[in-house]
Amino acid sequence: MFVELGHFTLILALACAVVQSVLPLVGAARGWRSWMRVAEPAATTQFLLLVFSFAALTYAFVTSDFSLRLVVLNSHTAKPMLYKITGVWGNHEGSLLLWVLILAAFGAAVAWFGRQLPAGLRARVLAVQGMIGVAFLGFIIFTSNPFLRLAQPPFDGQGLNPLLQDPGLAFHPPFLYLGYVGLSMAFSFAVAALIEGRVDAAWARWVRPWTLAAWVFLSIGIALGSWWAYYELGWGGFWFWDPVENASFIPWLVATALLHSAIVVEKREVMKAWTILLAIIAFGFSLSGTFIVRSGLLTSVHAFASDPTRGLYVLGILAVFMGGALTLFAARAGAMEARGVFAPVSRESALLINNILLAVSAFVVFVGTLWPLVAELAFGRKLSVGAPFFNVAFPPFMVVLAILLPIGAILPWKRGRLGPVLYKLRGVLALAVAFGLLAYAIQTGKGNLGPIGLALGVWVLAGSAVDLWQRSGRGLFGQRLCRLARLPRADWGRVLAHGGLGIVIIGITGLLAWQIEDIRVAREGEPFAVGDYEITLDKVEEVEGPNYISTMATLTARRDGRVVSVLHPEKRVYPVEAMPTTEAAIDNGVWRDLYLVIGDPQQGGGWAVRTYVKPLANWIWGGAILMAFGGLLSLTDRRYRVAAGARRRRENLAANATPAE
Amino acid sequence: MRRVIALLLALLLSGPALAVQPDEVLDDPALESRARELSQELRCVVCRGENIDESNADIARDIRILLRERLKAGDSDQEVLDFMVERYGEYVLMRPTTEGANKLLWMAGPLMLLLALTIGLLYIRGRSRAAVAPGAPDASLSEEEARRLRELLED
Repeated sequence: MFVELGHFTLILALACAVVQSVLPLVGAARGWRSWMRVAEPAATTQFLLLVFSFAALTYAFVTSDFSLRLVVLNSHTAKPMLYKITGVWGNHEGSLLLWVLILAAFGAAVAWFGRQLPAGLRARVLAVQGMIGVAFLGFIIFTSNPFLRLAQPPFDGQGLNPLLQDPGLAFHPPFLYLGYVGLSMAFSFAVAALIEGRVDAAWARWVRPWTLAAWVFLSIGIALGSWWAYYELGWGGFWFWDPVENASFIPWLVATALLHSAIVVEKREVMKAWTILLAIIAFGFSLSGTFIVRSGLLTSVHAFASDPTRGLYVLGILAVFMGGALTLFAARAGAMEARGVFAPVSRESALLINNILLAVSAFVVFVGTLWPLVAELAFGRKLSVGAPFFNVAFPPFMVVLAILLPIGAILPWKRGRLGPVLYKLRGVLALAVAFGLLAYAIQTGKGNLGPIGLALGVWVLAGSAVDLWQRSGRGLFGQRLCRLARLPRADWGRVLAHGGLGIVIIGITGLLAWQIEDIRVAREGEPFAVGDYEITLDKVEEVEGPNYISTMATLTARRDGRVVSVLHPEKRVYPVEAMPTTEAAIDNGVWRDLYLVIGDPQQGGGWAVRTYVKPLANWIWGGAILMAFGGLLSLTDRRYRVAAGARRRRENLAANATPAE
Repeated sequence: MRRVIALLLALLLSGPALAVQPDEVLDDPALESRARELSQELRCVVCRGENIDESNADIARDIRILLRERLKAGDSDQEVLDFMVERYGEYVLMRPTTEGANKLLWMAGPLMLLLALTIGLLYIRGRSRAAVAPGAPDASLSEEEARRLRELLED
């Protein structure tokens, strides 16, 4: 019964979204206030209906209602409660429902918190948001309905992919979706601005918090996914250039570019058309990220053919939204003339270069990801584009970006000179070179990746410290410290995010350049040496988990005779899903991770054991968390909360006074 | 009963659960390190985008062993790759060749960068000229506009 109500509210939500996308738009065009005002209650209602619908589906999963097809396919009574709940979005239909729920939540947020927006802009933003809702609610109801019943319910379900039964991966998709869908706000604002034909500093200021929020969620989602791959897949890699990963990374790169270009629009009223274009493209990549990958188009051309309705529907949505928005852009972009003037050496130019590097690097990842598809369809060649391609084609952009970042961050707006900026960074440069040389001296014969990467990371990290320090102005040390504490949160956010990037670079360098690997047959009680560590396999035993059987090893790692850690790597088998997984055991540390994997028993006795020492691995996720935290801090900056009313006041002023232009 | 079934399944499914197995590793460390490097370049042809070095699939193990046999027989890196392409098709290469249409793939990034830099530099030039161009409409803000901007930005 409850489930049927959920199904019903899902359909009502579609009707509601139709109203939300039509009436306010007509109202805004004709200047009918009452029609425009429909947008807010519609957005709120749509959100509440979808909350109910999602709750109904969750209820079906929690109570293991096996009359529901989706529950049968993705759940099982023996599964722990946490994974019954996360199983709701661990499949195509449920994840789509979560997607539209988040979409409606963002729409409702505009309705609730966007009261200071001019009425016309708010109505149009909500209308565009409603259109996206219509498209995806239609997609769910007509091609991917989660509420389909079975005539003859089975006794038990078929379980959830064991790889998804993991805290890291359980919460990875919701964060990614919050990010993807957050970018829909930037899209809606961009389209609304194009319809209005006006982009100004105030618009940029309204768009930025939404983009920032989306970026923070995307960063967390990507970091979670990468962390999961690191500890779960059994060889401790953190990034594989898999199409699915790329699909989340491309929107992140574009969103990063958008964040920076929106600052330029806000402060200087230049790069307007480009910012609008980025907002449109960012959402376009999010759409393809969520759906084209889910339809299997990228991973294999044949999966696409097996369910053509879904794939075609998605392509249709993409074509309509991107085609529509880009046509509108082509018609209106010319009207967005720039106002600010800046010299070639200036913060504006630096941010423009930042945008070029980020956008082109996103383009490279995009082309590389799609190329197998293009090659097969257009040239009849079946080929692969894997990590070796991306490892050559992508990093140069990031290296140049990292070199320019500390310089650009302290260049003044409008007009600057390189000399004084480089002078301020002389200490940073010395520090970076020193670290690089130190790394070169300590390591022996391991290539240039380590020293160069370390120097680059230190350059960015120390560069952001200088950025922060020079914001404190002049004067006595104590006074400057006091001023630091009072700096706007956006400044702290910027510095932390940039510093976080430096830390990520250092972590990636450590992991790639100085990892130690050891593969061997270990016999119980016979110690072996890996790096500075001496490792002993103590015992291997069978252990029963809630819904799996595990082969669990106990290994002791010693250093200089002292026990560093006792680790329990496992090999699990999930009988319901008939699938084995490896659970690496990791001793986490600031300077290194000790990473152990147990393999099969060997014929002559003993077990296959893989041991890794992974230097600085945790810096990657630590840095990513710091970047996300920096974004959050910026988001709480005072000006986003207070200044929202500025444009309306200005409009009131303009209505009263004679226009000055 | 459940436990028996589970154990049976465990035995059936255990298979090779590690990527590179200890018995595959070559005695000659130089040759082995070449084998590992080459493994990164070869795709496990039945997997979803994994290279043979990471993959647990049987076919990946077969290719790893074959690869090591070729190296022991004295093949150069390129000869090994050519051998694999002949056997499994272009699909097996993780790094696409630069032949034919693939030139587009490799050149896409550099060309786009060139285009973007050109447009960007023209834009920067336009913006910096706008300040000094005589007779151009005054680009600086009027008193009223400046006040409004302050209100917007400093509020």
